[in-house]
Amino acid sequence: MKIEKNAIPALKNIPHWFDIVSDKNGNAFTGLRAYRQLALEDFNRLGFPNKKMEKWRHTDLSASLSFDYSLATQDFNMQDVLSDVFECDVHDLESFVVNLYKGRFVFKENNLFTLPKGVIVGSLSAAFDQYPELIEKHFGKYGKTDKNAFHALNSALFLDGLFVYVPKNVIVEKPLQLINAVGASDDVLVQNRNLIVLEEGSQLTLIHCDDSYNYKRSFTNSLTEVFIGANASLDHYRLQNINNNSTLISSLVVEQERNAQLSTNSIILNGGLIRNETYTKLNGEGANASILGVYLADKNQHIDNQVFVDHAVPNCTSNELFKGILDDYARAVFNGHILVRKDAQKTLAYQNNANIILTDKAVINTKPFLEIYADDVKCSHGATVGQLDENALFYIRQRGISEDNARMLLMYAFAADVTQEIKIDSLRDRIEDMVKKRLRGELSICDQCVLQCSSPEKYNFEIDMSKI
Amino acid sequence: MLLQVKNLHVSINGKEILKGVNLEVNKGEVHAIMGPNGTGKSTLAAVIAGKSGYEITQGEILYNGKNLLDMPPEVRAQEGIFLGFQYPVEIPGVSMTNFMRTALNEIRKYHGQEPMSAKDFLARMTEKKDLVELTSKLTNRSVNEGFSGGEKKKNEIFQMAMLDPQLAILDETDSGLDIDALRIVAHGVNKLKTTENATVVITHYQRLLDYIVPDFVHVLFEGKVVLSGGKELALELEEKGYDWIKKETENH
Ligand SMILES: Nc1ncnc2c1ncn2[C@@H]1O[C@H](COP(=O)(O)OP(=O)(O)OP(=O)(O)O)[C@@H](O)[C@H]1O
Ligand SMILES: [Mg+2]
Repeated sequence: MKIEKNAIPALKNIPHWFDIVSDKNGNAFTGLRAYRQLALEDFNRLGFPNKKMEKWRHTDLSASLSFDYSLATQDFNMQDVLSDVFECDVHDLESFVVNLYKGRFVFKENNLFTLPKGVIVGSLSAAFDQYPELIEKHFGKYGKTDKNAFHALNSALFLDGLFVYVPKNVIVEKPLQLINAVGASDDVLVQNRNLIVLEEGSQLTLIHCDDSYNYKRSFTNSLTEVFIGANASLDHYRLQNINNNSTLISSLVVEQERNAQLSTNSIILNGGLIRNETYTKLNGEGANASILGVYLADKNQHIDNQVFVDHAVPNCTSNELFKGILDDYARAVFNGHILVRKDAQKTLAYQNNANIILTDKAVINTKPFLEIYADDVKCSHGATVGQLDENALFYIRQRGISEDNARMLLMYAFAADVTQEIKIDSLRDRIEDMVKKRLRGELSICDQCVLQCSSPEKYNFEIDMSKI
Repeated sequence: MLLQVKNLHVSINGKEILKGVNLEVNKGEVHAIMGPNGTGKSTLAAVIAGKSGYEITQGEILYNGKNLLDMPPEVRAQEGIFLGFQYPVEIPGVSMTNFMRTALNEIRKYHGQEPMSAKDFLARMTEKKDLVELTSKLTNRSVNEGFSGGEKKKNEIFQMAMLDPQLAILDETDSGLDIDALRIVAHGVNKLKTTENATVVITHYQRLLDYIVPDFVHVLFEGKVVLSGGKELALELEEKGYDWIKKETENH
C-alpha cells in the first residue's frame, strides 16, 4: 500500500496544497474549513483509485498520475489571462460566457453578477462571501467525499468555479457557457468546483466546455453539483476537446425534485484520458433524466463514462444513450448503473451503449447494469459493439461516393443519434461540424467548443435543406 | 460498345457461380436478363458494380473500352454505372438529401465540374421526385430507413434519375411493386432513356417487359448466358418455364 502511494508524486504535495488553499478562502464561509478538513481525511483514507477497484477496473490512472503536477493556486496577471481567454469570439451562439482559467473564475470586470430577475452567475468563491445561506443549503450536499476519492480531493483542494442561482420561475433565455481552458503552464493540476441551483419552475441551459489551448500536460478534476427544484429544468452539455497529454475527470452530481427535468449530453471529441461521471437522484415523482453521450477516440486515448441513476421514488423516467467510435488503440469504458429502489414503482428506465470499433486493437469495456427492487417497472438495457456495415458501405460507394466519405457518412450518422438531440441550433451545427472534423482527423485543439478562431469549414455532404 | 462482359468466371468462397458469361450492351439499348433463382443474375450485377468478396478467376469486363475490374466501385459509379439493388440497404442517420447531394457532387467532381448549387440541386430533387411520384415525406427521411418494399424500389429509380447514369442495371426493381407502382417505375425508366445510355433489367416477370420493352432478352442459367433473343423470348419463357432450357442445355 505504502509503496504504491509513494509512486504518485502528487501525494507528497497534497498537505502543502491544502494549507495554501485553506488560507486563500478558508474564512469566507464558516463551514468550509471543516468541510475541507473532512474531505482531506476522506481522501487520505480512500487514496487515488486503482485498477483493483471495481469502478476503476478498466481505467488505469497510473500514467496520468505519474507526473509531478503543480496545483493551480497562484494568482495571475489578469491582462495576460484576458488576452488568452477572449481571443476568440462567439459567432452565432448568443450566450453568456464565463471563463475559468486554471480553475479560477475570470471575467473582465466583476466576478459575481446579478442578472435581471435575480439570476446570480459568477465565482463560487465570491458566492461563499456574498450568499452564505445559499451555499449552506446546497454546497457539498450532493457530491460524495466519503465514497469518491476525486470528490474528496476536489473538496479539499478546490479554489473556485462557477456558481449559478436561478430563482423561482425564472427562465434564463441565453445559454450560459462555462469554458475551462487549460494549457497556460506545464503540468498544471486543476480542481474545479461548480454549484448550480435551480429553484422551482426555473430553466437554464448550461454548456460546460473543457478545452486545451496547446499541448501542455494538465490534469483537471471537476465536480459540478446541481440541484433542480420542482418543475425546473436543466439542459446541460459537456463539450470536451483536450489534448492527448491531458487528463480530465468530470463529475456531474444532480438531485432532482418533483417533475424536474435533466437533460445532459456529453460530446467527447478528444483527450488523453477522460472520465465522466454522471450521478442523478430522481427524488420527486415525475422527474425525468435524459443522459446522452458520444465519444470519438483514436491513438492511445482512453474515454470512460460512468452513469448512475437513482430512481428513489415512483413515476420517474430515465433514458441513457451513449455511442462511441474507436480507432487505432483507443479504449473506452461504459458503466451504466440504474438503481430502482423498492418504492420506485412505475419507473421507466432505458439504457443503451453502442460502439463501432474500427480496428482490432481498439477495446471497449461496456457494462450496462440494472439493479431493481420494485416490481412494477419497465426497464431495459443493452450494449452493442460492431464494425461499419459493409453492405451499407458498398451501397454508398455504388452511388459514386468515395470510400473515405462513405465511412465518414456512416460514422457521422452513427454519432448523430446523440448530436441531433442538441437543442440549440447554432450549438448543434457547431458540434456536428466538429464531429465531422474529428472524424476526418482535422480537429485541432484550437477548435474550442463554440469558441472558434477560424470560420467553420464546409464539407460536401454537409447541407441542411431547411436553411436554404 | 458500352459494356462488354467476356468469358466471365466468378467464384464465391471457392464455389464457381458464373461460368463464362458473355454479354454486350450498346448505347441506346435495353437488355433484359431472366433466369431461375440462384443462377447468378445478382452476382453478375454485383461484379459489374464492383462489390468485394468475389474471385474473378477468368475473363474481363470492359466499359467504354476501359478495364472495369481495376476500378473501385465509386469510380465505376462516377464513370456512369448505376446498380438498382434487389435489396436496397437501410442507412439510418444519413438523410436522402445529404446522400444524393454528396453523390451527385462527387460524380461532378470526377468529371471536373463544380458542385451543384443548392438551388439547382433542390430543383432537380423536386423534378425527379415527381418523376417517380415519391413523396417529400420519404426524401426527408434517412436512406431507405423504414421504407416499405415498394418504396425502396421507387427510391432506387429516384436515385437513378438524380444521378443520370450511362448504364443502369436494375436488379428485380419490379418485384414487390403493385400494378400502379410498376407502371410509375417503368415510366420513369423509359423517360430516362436516351440514345446515349443503356438499361439492363433483371426480372422474373414478362409483365415488366410490357412496359419496358427490351431490345434483347438473355437467359442466364447455371452461371451462363444460354440463350439470347428478342422480346418474344420473354413470352416464350413465361409460357414454358425454364424446363425446356434445361433440356436444351443438357442436349448440347
Ligand atoms: N455471399 C455469398 N456466399 C455464398 N454463396 C453466395 C453468396 N452470394 C450468392 N451466393 C450463391 O450464388 C448463387 C447465385 O446467387 P445470385 O444472388 O446471383 O442469384 P440470382 O440469379 O440473382 O437469384 P434470384 O433470382 O433468386 O435473385 C446462389 O446459389 C447463391 O446462394
Ligand atoms: Mg438476384
